[in-house]
Amino acid sequence: MGLDIRWPIGIIFTIYGAILMVFGLATNPEVFQSSMGVNIDLWWGVAMLVFGLVMGALALRSSRQ
Amino acid sequence: MHPQFVDYAIIAIYFIFVLGIGFALRGRMKTSEDFFLSGRSIPGWITGLAFMSANLGALEVMGHAANAAKYGMFVNHFYWLAAMPAMCFVGVFMMPFYYGSKVRSVPEYLRLRYDEKTRTLNALSFAFMTLLVSGIDLYAMAILFQRLLHWPFFASVLVSAIVVMIYIYLGGLTSSIYNEVLQFFLIVFGFLPLAILGLKAVGGFAGLEARLPNAGYAHTWAIIWHANQNPMGINWFGTIFGLGFVLSFGYWCTDFLVIQRGLAAKDMPSAQRTPLIAAIPKMFFPLMVILPGLVAIALDPTTKELLGGRYDNALPAMLGRFYPSGLLGIGLTALLASFMSGMAGNVTAFNTVWTFDIYQTHVNPGQADKHYLNMGRFATIFAVAVGIGTAFIVLKFNNLMDYLQLLFAFFNAPLFGTFLLGMFWKRTSAHSGFWGLLCGILAAATHYTLYHYRVISYPSDMAANFYQAIVAFTTCFVVTIVVTLFTEPRKEEELVGLVYSLTPKPRNENLPWYQRPGILAVGILAVCTVLNIIFW
Repeated sequence: MGLDIRWPIGIIFTIYGAILMVFGLATNPEVFQSSMGVNIDLWWGVAMLVFGLVMGALALRSSRQ
Repeated sequence: MHPQFVDYAIIAIYFIFVLGIGFALRGRMKTSEDFFLSGRSIPGWITGLAFMSANLGALEVMGHAANAAKYGMFVNHFYWLAAMPAMCFVGVFMMPFYYGSKVRSVPEYLRLRYDEKTRTLNALSFAFMTLLVSGIDLYAMAILFQRLLHWPFFASVLVSAIVVMIYIYLGGLTSSIYNEVLQFFLIVFGFLPLAILGLKAVGGFAGLEARLPNAGYAHTWAIIWHANQNPMGINWFGTIFGLGFVLSFGYWCTDFLVIQRGLAAKDMPSAQRTPLIAAIPKMFFPLMVILPGLVAIALDPTTKELLGGRYDNALPAMLGRFYPSGLLGIGLTALLASFMSGMAGNVTAFNTVWTFDIYQTHVNPGQADKHYLNMGRFATIFAVAVGIGTAFIVLKFNNLMDYLQLLFAFFNAPLFGTFLLGMFWKRTSAHSGFWGLLCGILAAATHYTLYHYRVISYPSDMAANFYQAIVAFTTCFVVTIVVTLFTEPRKEEELVGLVYSLTPKPRNENLPWYQRPGILAVGILAVCTVLNIIFW
């Protein structure tokens, strides 16, 4: 296999999740009028971050075996 | 829609990763098998998600959202009636012949089962069709970027095409498959919030149903029994036989674009599981493409405010309506990922068929393996360059779905007749495949000409496409049988591994139950039946 595809997926989702969370917390709440007042950046950022970390953990586990 | 710096940054990061995967795999492309078939080494879950993703091009995503806005839940049939049974069938019954016979492409199977001329006819028609289709994704991508980011059309086409070209050139099918897996997850995470926010905006399923233009929009089956009850004007026969049988089985079971992902799997059970693993997320994709289309039409029944008078705008307009900056970058990346995975699927399928079935067979046989590896890289550049050209042809058409279904009805529909008889009737003779296929394509051409000049008419273009597929398939099927009855059968010992009744069944007893293809297929069809009943 050489490259474990879970590494790039894990890394990019961790980066995206972090960006969305920080942007969601730092930005003016008026931005979220379009999403009906839900701070969707924050919540979806958390979801993407968790997914990215799980993928990274799976890749790490299989690289240690 | 006003993208900000954060959205551009998210898109830029995506490009870096896509190219990075290509560079990481660059050193591992040593033989032509590595480049075209990933050295047959990839686990089933990866080939499965790539199988799903290669099909998730621009038309699949934007086209079905547009169709949902136009026709309502009827579009569910493309998933639950058409794709599911065909994907289960190819995994359980057909993959053993594709993978087991060690062929490198779908046309190569036709050479083993029939003869050289059948293979050449299929290779040429497939290569031609693939080049015409690859422009669609480039076109859609360029239009989107022109509209959202205000890039010029030609610059958008060029940037997207060059990125796809680089990662396939470097890493071949492996690079394409790995990127497709990444793209699959980006598409899911990019579009899922649309379903959540959209449902919230219209007040859940009950609110959605109340706001749809008419009651037929909220039904999958209740409206198909009479042609005049549904907006596409197609009755149950055209829907079930044309779409559910001919077009869907023709696409999922014979189109090398998807089959190639199965051939890259590391062993027979993984190859068989490839379409089945793809079917599981595919089953729930109406949530991500059909639901936003329905919400769009519920919010804007006149199509004037949100959609700007065009159904094709449904998905991008919904992204713009609901996504704040930040998530908008993810949504745009998901669209970009879908176009790139669709385009890459076409390019990898083309370069393989061109190199093995046309170049190595007819133009320049007997060269060293390295020569064909380089030819594959050259064919990648060629395919992308032609794709850029076809993007401008597509620019002249005003309805993308017609363009695509027309090509499928020409080439895939008759081919399924050739495969069905070849794999499951050992009497089918060597000559019959070519004549059946040729007559099927000619029948499709005749039907198209008659329809085009209004000698025959249908209530909608989609209905015409369904019936064209039925005509092409039936002609191929009947001609193949008739020619077979007048020609010599092939010796049975030559057909071992190619025909169902002469091939030992793959043994699965040592696999855990959740890895057995038959059990997976039954489970998928059972869940699919439940979905059909819920949204009846």
